[in-house]
Amino acid sequence: MLRYSRSKIIATMAVIVIGLLLAVPSMMSREQRLAFQNSLPSWVPSWLVPSRAIVLGLDLQGGSHVLLEVDVPDLLRTQTTQLRDDVRRVLREARVSPQGGIQLLPRGVQIRVPDAAEREKLMPKLRELTQPIGNAVLGQSGSRDIEITTTPEGLITMAYTDAGVNEKVRRATEQAIEVVRRRIDIQGTTEPSIQRQGADRILVQVPGLQDPQRLKELLGKTAKLEFRLLAQPGATDVDMLAMKEAGGQKVPVERRVIAEGGDLIDAQPSFDSRSNEPIVNFRFNIRGAQRFGQATTENLERSLAIVLDNEVVSAPTIKSPITGGQGMISGRFTVQQVNDLAVLLRAGALPAKLTVVEERTVGPGLGQDSIQAGKMATYVATVLVVAFMFMTYGLFGLFANIALLVHVGLIFGLMSLLEATLTLPGIAGIVLTIGTAVDSNVLIYERIREEVHAGRSIVSGIQAGFERAFATIIDSNSTMAIAAVILFFLGSGPVRGFAVVFILGILTTVITAVTLTRMMIALWYHWARPKALPF
Amino acid sequence: MRLLRIWPENSHFDFMSLRRFSFPLSAFLSLLTVVLLMTIGLNFGIDFKGGTLMELQAKSGHADVAKIRKAADSFGFGEVEVQEFGTAGGVSLRFPIQQGGESAQSAVVQKARDTFSDEYEFRRVETVGPRVSGELVQSGTIGIILAVIAVLFYLWFRFERELALGAIFGTLHDIVLTIGFFVITQHEFNMTSIAAILTIVGYSLNETVVVFDRTRELMRRYKTMPTKELLNLSINTTMSRTVMTAATTALSLLALVIFGGRAIESFAQVMLSGVAICTYSAIFISSPMLIYIGLRSSETAKAPEGKVAPAE
Repeated sequence: MLRYSRSKIIATMAVIVIGLLLAVPSMMSREQRLAFQNSLPSWVPSWLVPSRAIVLGLDLQGGSHVLLEVDVPDLLRTQTTQLRDDVRRVLREARVSPQGGIQLLPRGVQIRVPDAAEREKLMPKLRELTQPIGNAVLGQSGSRDIEITTTPEGLITMAYTDAGVNEKVRRATEQAIEVVRRRIDIQGTTEPSIQRQGADRILVQVPGLQDPQRLKELLGKTAKLEFRLLAQPGATDVDMLAMKEAGGQKVPVERRVIAEGGDLIDAQPSFDSRSNEPIVNFRFNIRGAQRFGQATTENLERSLAIVLDNEVVSAPTIKSPITGGQGMISGRFTVQQVNDLAVLLRAGALPAKLTVVEERTVGPGLGQDSIQAGKMATYVATVLVVAFMFMTYGLFGLFANIALLVHVGLIFGLMSLLEATLTLPGIAGIVLTIGTAVDSNVLIYERIREEVHAGRSIVSGIQAGFERAFATIIDSNSTMAIAAVILFFLGSGPVRGFAVVFILGILTTVITAVTLTRMMIALWYHWARPKALPF
Repeated sequence: MRLLRIWPENSHFDFMSLRRFSFPLSAFLSLLTVVLLMTIGLNFGIDFKGGTLMELQAKSGHADVAKIRKAADSFGFGEVEVQEFGTAGGVSLRFPIQQGGESAQSAVVQKARDTFSDEYEFRRVETVGPRVSGELVQSGTIGIILAVIAVLFYLWFRFERELALGAIFGTLHDIVLTIGFFVITQHEFNMTSIAAILTIVGYSLNETVVVFDRTRELMRRYKTMPTKELLNLSINTTMSRTVMTAATTALSLLALVIFGGRAIESFAQVMLSGVAICTYSAIFISSPMLIYIGLRSSETAKAPEGKVAPAE
């Protein structure tokens, strides 16, 4: 009957004290935390010192949240162009010339080879261009990324299958994450977080960033660099590309790519010593240097087109062979542009364009104000609820209030342990749980009052109150938990922060309102031996 | 010291008879909600509608709303909503979603930054493209439907059929009236609003469950008591708890409304109205519903199967 063994009391207190201590690092700034850890004598093992802290959400800390999506049509365009080039190579090697050349389709290519014998010869080679779609768990699924269909008239269609497209998108996203990370790292931004979201999205979060425009510009460029020759008059195998200068006028360039961005090992912004114009100096790797050297030796006096993202930025004339593997890109750039270009070239090209589908930026001022407002609301709510509980239940209200404060402390402790993110809706969640946490105590106290008024003794009334109310407490908290869990899985960012606080709040309220108050009341009963309820 | 008692002990108030007023009132309000929803509609925020939202703060003095509106209109990005808030030079601008896909949205932000950043600090900029907003609508809708289904399952396992029916009826009532509150106040409806509605679903159920737990207990104790009396007794005995919890929750929400700042204010107001709606419906809607559904039918039907009914 309301008896607590000493060990049980100690165990309960220990759990609570540890829980509260976990919250301590979150109350300190990062510097204070480090200073504190360094000030400890060396014999204190590091695992004993709580070091995990709550992370402030971007809405409180200020910063930028940019959601990027791989541009699938752009990716398909690149892939089908690549396929066209491969098919052309195969045709050349097999010495087959299709009727009407190679047709580009939205998802593949089409050629017409009426001669059955030629088709026979060609098909195995075309099949080599397709790749099996691998699955890490299930192994080879047997399907391939490109489906080849032929008609009796000799029309051969190669098209990416849905699975093939998905596979390309998946790989492009993975590749893009790496490129995005490198581009941001070179910028030296503090603690960016780069995560994959879904099949084709990348979430970039940069604390403290106030204007993501530059970030978006940096990430929005594919940065595909190619060196090709300007086509000579009469050439057939040409692409028409826009010139950067002269108002987007189109010029013919050869389809063959001499060297590309992937062959670069370094790129640095610099100035041209003669014209004093901002330029980018680059160095090729061995393969690039060889190919570039050979091409420039063979094509003296012709124009070399430097193509960036399908735009000819400049087309200097080759005056002498460039065999040292070094070169420069000029093209009426500003200083800012050459800086960016150098970064982009060093970080590598994106497999496809990235589009910004969502952007949320909070300035540091608003974040600070929100924290201040949140603190104020928390204090006021606590004072109001504590006063109200004390006025209604007296001493028992005091017990509930102690439990309430421990409850708030434990939420912070658990959030620190989980390194959870505190957002503005999360603060609202904390304030809301201050109001709802005492519900359990109210349920218990009202029940105790009823039981005692129905004729039970105080001790058995208290006992019955706790026992009877317990089922209802579990019920009423589970209903809240249902809503919170659904919210957690559906929401993102700030809203998820609210769900986390709410779920943790439900857990801790059961601990504090039931276990802790019960213990306090039991100890009080044994100490005071009251003849009547204090409320 | 004399302690506070908000609700008198041993009250014998006849709550059930008030259904003559509460049912028509709720029917009227629900109908009104549906009509307003179809005529005025919700004020969807950019989460669901897409577009760009900016919060500007004048670097000195007041914000010149007329000038901002004129400048923003001249951008040619469609109809701009300009709203002043607070007294210290805060302005919010809302641009509609731009034609031309995901990448077209960025131009709005760029133009606004170029125009206003000399005189104003950009406190918040949010841009949601058409695809993301479509997905958010989807996940918001799924969220509410899932919550209702989850609640149904919970009630099905936890309560007898009649009680579960009454509770789900009450919960739906609360969702409808909360949406009504959104329509009438024209509070922005966004992802946080979904959070508010889901929390209200939780709270609504919480209120009903506490009363119904008592109803079930009393059913077993007073096997012959008429339904109406039984329900009145359940509500009267749990009333002091209902009032207490509504009060503490309302107090903390009040603190949020007054001190929580602009971003939280509307969430807190909705929650506050939700607490009022839920408390009202637990007493005046879900409980009296049981008079019509009939309480004892399944209890007697289950009895022959040997269901344990622990009587006092």
